[in-house]
Amino acid sequence: MKQTIAVIDYGMGNLRSVTKALEHVAPDSRVLLTSDARQIEQADKVVFPGQGAMRDCMAELTTRGLRDAVHTTATDRPFLGICIGEQMLFEHSEEFDTPGLGILPGQVKRFPSDQMVDAQGQRLKVPHMGWSEVWHSRPHPLWHGIEDGARFYFVHSYFVTTPDTALTTGESTYPNRFTCAVGRNNLFATQFHPEKSHSAGLRLLSNFVAWNGQA
Amino acid sequence: MPLAKRIIPCLDVTAGRVVKGVNFVGLQDAGDPVEIAKRYDDQGADELTFLDITASSDERDIILHIIEDVASQVFIPLTVGGGVRQVEDIRRLLNAGADKVSINTSAVTNPQLVEDAAGRFGSQCIVVAIDAKDVGTPEAPRWEVFTHGGRKATGLEAVAWAQKMQSLGAGEILLTSMDRDGTKQGFNLPLTRAVSDAVDIPVIASGGVGNLQHLTDGILLGHADAVLAASIFHYGEYTVQQAKEYMRQQGIEVRL
Repeated sequence: MKQTIAVIDYGMGNLRSVTKALEHVAPDSRVLLTSDARQIEQADKVVFPGQGAMRDCMAELTTRGLRDAVHTTATDRPFLGICIGEQMLFEHSEEFDTPGLGILPGQVKRFPSDQMVDAQGQRLKVPHMGWSEVWHSRPHPLWHGIEDGARFYFVHSYFVTTPDTALTTGESTYPNRFTCAVGRNNLFATQFHPEKSHSAGLRLLSNFVAWNGQA
Repeated sequence: MPLAKRIIPCLDVTAGRVVKGVNFVGLQDAGDPVEIAKRYDDQGADELTFLDITASSDERDIILHIIEDVASQVFIPLTVGGGVRQVEDIRRLLNAGADKVSINTSAVTNPQLVEDAAGRFGSQCIVVAIDAKDVGTPEAPRWEVFTHGGRKATGLEAVAWAQKMQSLGAGEILLTSMDRDGTKQGFNLPLTRAVSDAVDIPVIASGGVGNLQHLTDGILLGHADAVLAASIFHYGEYTVQQAKEYMRQQGIEVRL
């Protein structure tokens, strides 16, 4: 039977890119863009994207009654968070002082404006927008076939920090090192956008499609 | 290693074809948008920008089909602009597969649109396009914002306008020098630098690229975060790959 991959739709931002990229790498899977909690809980795998401001994303998620579905699926099956979908898994964001889902320990912080200068003294802009290198903090099935240091596409002003260093699976720099991918058991989440990151991003998505959820 | 500077090929689209003009007039056919998009993707383009230069709203839906086609085959960020007047236009473009939407004339006639769109969809997908013309002197530089494809003066000063757009929620500025567009004389560097240094959001330099040194100058001298070019890529003078290799030799960080 075809596996079903549910992409959680809570009305925020452009989810078309995520579903198109998944359909491209998983022609044999059923990719379902859905805001129905039951469909999400019945899916084999779940993708949790997000764009815009975390406060608005959390509000929509709550209004649509999808918090429980995220909690459940994030702990019991292959689950991929992307961008705000990564940030929302944590306890709290500085962005409008917003509580997150608290599935993972840690805080979402803004790039510190007083430190946004690179080694050449050039000012760095916020949002961090474009292609940055992603370094694997530890091996993970989702890194399979992806070069350590391959560039992925980012667009964000906030990033996650966690006291549980074992969670970090990938790091990038802007200009300081920051966690840009986290993993625990069946859960993996990225600050960058694999669906917009050309061959490296498609590889990560196809690794997710093939993943059994064992880290 | 720092963030890579981006190279963004630009496709001006009308009636389902990619075209290219000089100083906003005199259009020449350059090919099929989906084929061209795929070619640039293969060459390592960091993003693609589509500008719908169709005058009549009857043909407006053509761009939606083109974006749908491109978005199912090309997995890098896609920006689409041209004729964006209301939040609904933005929603339709994003649903078709655009990642960012560029607002030009309507940002001037209705700045509230920028604020509403950023609030609704997030700043990350709202690009404000500024077409600027040199109206200053060497002693007192000044650039004026034009709209309606460069036909209408607004009286607005470009640097202040860019700052205002940032404050309303724009996530990026696409800055085109009308004096240079299509001339192959290089970017207007003082304009690019003035705007880029005045805002915290990324600035894409546009208008006038004729060779690879121009791209490099846009980054190193114009302080642009990304460079946009059309004709040097459309007519096969250079590939995106060649442009990136050249920029790398000049010490610019690129994604190769």
